[in-house]
Amino acid sequence: MANLTKTNRRDFLKIAATASGGLFIGFYWSGCDSPKMKVLTNEEILLNAHNFNSYLSISPTGDVVIYSPNPELGQNILTSFPMVVAEELDADWQKVRVIQANLDVEKYERQLTGGSGAMPHSWERLRKAGATARHLLVAAAATKMNVNASTLSTSNGEVIHKESGKKMGYGELVTDASKLTAPEEVTLKDPKDFKIIGTPVKNVENKNMFTGKPLYGLDFYREGMLHAMIQRPPFGMKIKSVDDAAARAISGVTEVVTFKNNVAVVGKSTWPLMKAKKLLKIEYEPDGVVESTFDHDRLFAELLNGKTAEVKRKDGDVDAAFKNAAQVITSEYQCPFLSHSPMEPQNFFAHVQGDKVELVGPTQTPDRARNDTAQLLGIPPENITVQITRLGGGFGRRLRADFVVEAAELSKMMNAPIKLTWSREDDMTGGAYRPAVRYRFQAALDESGNMIGYKLRGVGINAGNSTRENNFPSGAVENVLIESVEHKSAITTNAWRAPITNFLAYAEQSFLDEVALAAKKDPVQFRLDLLAKAKASPVGELQYDVDRMIGVIKMAAEKSNWGKDANVMQGFSVYFSHRSYVAQVANIEMENNQPVLKKIVACTDCGIVVNPTGANHQVRGGIVDGMGHAMYGNLTFENGLPKQKNFDTYRLIRMKEVPEIDVHYVQNGIDPTGLGEPALPPTGGAVANAIFKATGRRLRSQPFIEQKEFSDIKLQIKRA
Amino acid sequence: MANYNLRINGNDYNVEVEDDTPLLWVLRDHIGLVGTKYSCGIAQCGACTVHVNGEAAFSCTLPVSSIGSDEITTIEGLSSEGDHPVQKAWDEVDTAQCGYCQAGQIMTAAAFLRKNPKPTMEEIENAMNRNLCRCGTYHKIREAVALAAKLK
Repeated sequence: MANLTKTNRRDFLKIAATASGGLFIGFYWSGCDSPKMKVLTNEEILLNAHNFNSYLSISPTGDVVIYSPNPELGQNILTSFPMVVAEELDADWQKVRVIQANLDVEKYERQLTGGSGAMPHSWERLRKAGATARHLLVAAAATKMNVNASTLSTSNGEVIHKESGKKMGYGELVTDASKLTAPEEVTLKDPKDFKIIGTPVKNVENKNMFTGKPLYGLDFYREGMLHAMIQRPPFGMKIKSVDDAAARAISGVTEVVTFKNNVAVVGKSTWPLMKAKKLLKIEYEPDGVVESTFDHDRLFAELLNGKTAEVKRKDGDVDAAFKNAAQVITSEYQCPFLSHSPMEPQNFFAHVQGDKVELVGPTQTPDRARNDTAQLLGIPPENITVQITRLGGGFGRRLRADFVVEAAELSKMMNAPIKLTWSREDDMTGGAYRPAVRYRFQAALDESGNMIGYKLRGVGINAGNSTRENNFPSGAVENVLIESVEHKSAITTNAWRAPITNFLAYAEQSFLDEVALAAKKDPVQFRLDLLAKAKASPVGELQYDVDRMIGVIKMAAEKSNWGKDANVMQGFSVYFSHRSYVAQVANIEMENNQPVLKKIVACTDCGIVVNPTGANHQVRGGIVDGMGHAMYGNLTFENGLPKQKNFDTYRLIRMKEVPEIDVHYVQNGIDPTGLGEPALPPTGGAVANAIFKATGRRLRSQPFIEQKEFSDIKLQIKRA
Repeated sequence: MANYNLRINGNDYNVEVEDDTPLLWVLRDHIGLVGTKYSCGIAQCGACTVHVNGEAAFSCTLPVSSIGSDEITTIEGLSSEGDHPVQKAWDEVDTAQCGYCQAGQIMTAAAFLRKNPKPTMEEIENAMNRNLCRCGTYHKIREAVALAAKLK
C-alpha cells in the first residue's frame, strides 16, 4: 500500500477495497531502486487489466495481479499461493501484485485456513491458473509474430522467439490473449524447471507489517461505528441478575445490553468499555454441571478404568497377546486444556442493514462466518459480504465464528456498524480450547523384545475421537486395541494447531521410548523395526506412507549424529500428521550436572518446498509452539472459570527459552503435502525423551515445569 | 474528560480523553495510528511498544495524563520511508509470520540498538525477551537485530 498515502484514518481498510473486491497488497519499498519511475497504483493497474481467471489479471503495462483466496494467519499463503501461479505463468515476480480476495464461493473452493490443507488442495489449481494464461499469451504472440506457437518460449514476463531473437512482453499481448478461448488442458512445467517455486521469495506484506500499516481486523475502523465488548458467563453458568449502573456511569459508554447470557457494553471507543466491563455486577447461577480441574482429574481416572469405550480399532487377539507376553509396559500421559491465544485477540466488524450484512475481520473460515450470520439473522448467505483481513495468528481459534455472530447480533440490536473487540482476558476465558486428555498406553513384548500387542485408551473432555487409530504404530503390530472415551462438558473446545496429535504424538512417542528401553533396543532402531514389519506384512489399514516415515527417521538419525557422541543425550520422536512427516532429535548436554538443551534437529517430508523461508518459519514456529506448550502451557478451571486470564499467569514461551533448531527437508519431488501443523506434534516427545536420557526422569504429563519429576531439574537452554 | 496536547512522530495532536486512557488507545482509537498493537493490555507481551523520548515503553499501561511534553514515536514514525536499519533488517531476514507482534519487536529493537549499537547475542536476547511472538519467530528476530546492528 505504498502508494495509498492519503488514507482517511476513519476508514483505513475500506479505502483499499477494490472494485473487484479485495485488499491491495503492494510490496514495494517506496522509491527503492528507481525512485523516479512512476509506480502505478493497484487501482490504475486493475482499471485496464484483463482478467484471465479467479486468480489472475494482467494489465497492458505488464503488471500482474494475483488474487490469493485463503486467509493469511502467518502460514505465508499470501506469498506462496501467488508464487505458484507466477511460476507457471513465467511472470516477472517484480511485476506481481498480490490481493487478498474476499469471500467468493463462486470463484474459490475451500477458501479457509486449517488442517495444513491449502497448498495440497490448491497446488494444481494454482498451477493451471498460471499455465492457462501463459498458454493464451503464447498463442497471441504466435499470431502477432506469425510463427508457430511451438517455436516460442516464455521467461520473466516475456514471450521469446529464439530463432529470430524477437521478444514480446506480456503487457503487449494481454489484450489479444484475453480474447482467446482458454484450453481445457494445459501442460504444466517439469518441477526441475521451476524458477520461483523453491526460492526464498520474501513475504509480500513485509513493508506494510514493518511500517505499521492497517492490516489486521483490529485495525479496521469505519466512520460512525460503535465499539462493543462482551462479558460472557463461566462455563455451565447462566445469568441470574445484572447490575449495570456503575458500568453505564462510565463516560463514553452509550449502552449496556444483555443478550443470550452475555452482557455487552457499547460505546464510542475501546478504553471506556474495558473499564465499564469490570464494573458490571453480574450474578450467575448453575445451568447444568459446573466443572473444575479437580473434577477432571477424578473423571480421567474413572473413565480410564470404566467399562464403556468406543472401539476405534481392533486387530488380532489383544487379550492373548498380553496374556502370553514376556513383559507388559503400562503408562499414562495427561495434558491440560490450552488457550489458542493468538497475539491479536478475537474481533470482528459487522454492519447489518435490513437484510444485508457487511462483515470485515480475521477469520480462518469466511464461509462459516457468512453462513452462521445468515442463520442467526434468517437471511440468505448471498446477502452477506465477507472481507478477509490479515489474521494476527489463529491456531484454530478462528475456525469458529462465535465472535462474528456476536458482532452481527449487536449490530442488528444497536442498528449501527459495530466493531466487537475481545480483551485478552475475554480471549483466554471465552472458550474453545485444546481439550484436556488422558491416555493409557500398554505394550506387550515377547522374549526377544518384539512388540506383539499394543493398547491405547484415550479419555478426552470434548475431544471427540482422542486417538488416531490408523496412524503409526497401527499396521506394525499384530494385536492392537484402540479406544476412545468422550466426556461431554460445558467447557467449549475446538481444533488447536494439529488437533489431538499436538498432544497424542508426545504421549505416544514418549511411550514408545519407554517400550524400546524395556525391549533393550535403540529407540531409532525400534521404530525402524516396527516400520519394516508394517512394510513387509502390514496389519489392517494404514493411514501413513511407511517409506516416507522411514525416510525422515533415517535422515534425522544421520543429521543429528544419532548415538555417535556419548556426551550428547538425545531424544527421538517422529510423527505423521496432516499428510506430512517430521522426525526430530533433541540434544541435551550436561553442564555442572544439569541438563542444557542445545539443539533440536528436524527432518521434514512435506513434498516440494514451495518457499524455503516460509517452510523454515513453519517448522521452527511449530517446534517453538510445541516446546512452549509442553513446557509451560496450562489452563485450569475453578467453578467453570479459567484461573489463568492473561499472559502474567498463562505462560507463553519467550526468546531465551528456545534452542537452536536445525532444519532439513527430504527432496522427493512429491506434490506439496502441507506444513502449517506437522512440525509441532513430535517436539514434546523429542524433548521429553532427551530429558529422560539425561536425567532418568520420565515426564508423563504437561506442562513439564509443573511435574514433580521436573521440580529439581534446572533445564537450561543455550543457543550457539 | 481532559484535553491533551501530544507530540507524536514529530506532529502535534490534540485529543480529548479521560485521564486514565492508555496511550495505546489514544493512538489507535483517537489518532488513527493503528500500527501500535493491542494484545495483553497489562505490559506482558510488548506488542504495544512505542518510544517515549527514545526509550521503549509499553503504551498499553501508560496513561495519557503521564505523558506531558514527552516525545512519542510509534512504528509509523520510526522512519519516513520504512528504511530504518531495523526495518530494513526485518525485511532482509523476512522475520514475520502473522506479523502482529513485529511492530512492537521492531520498536524494542530500535530503542535497544540506539543505546547498545554493538550488542552481543546474549544482550540481544535479554533485550528482546520482553516481547512475545506467538508464532515463534524468535530465531529470525535474533538474526534481524544482529543484522540491524551491522547495517547502521
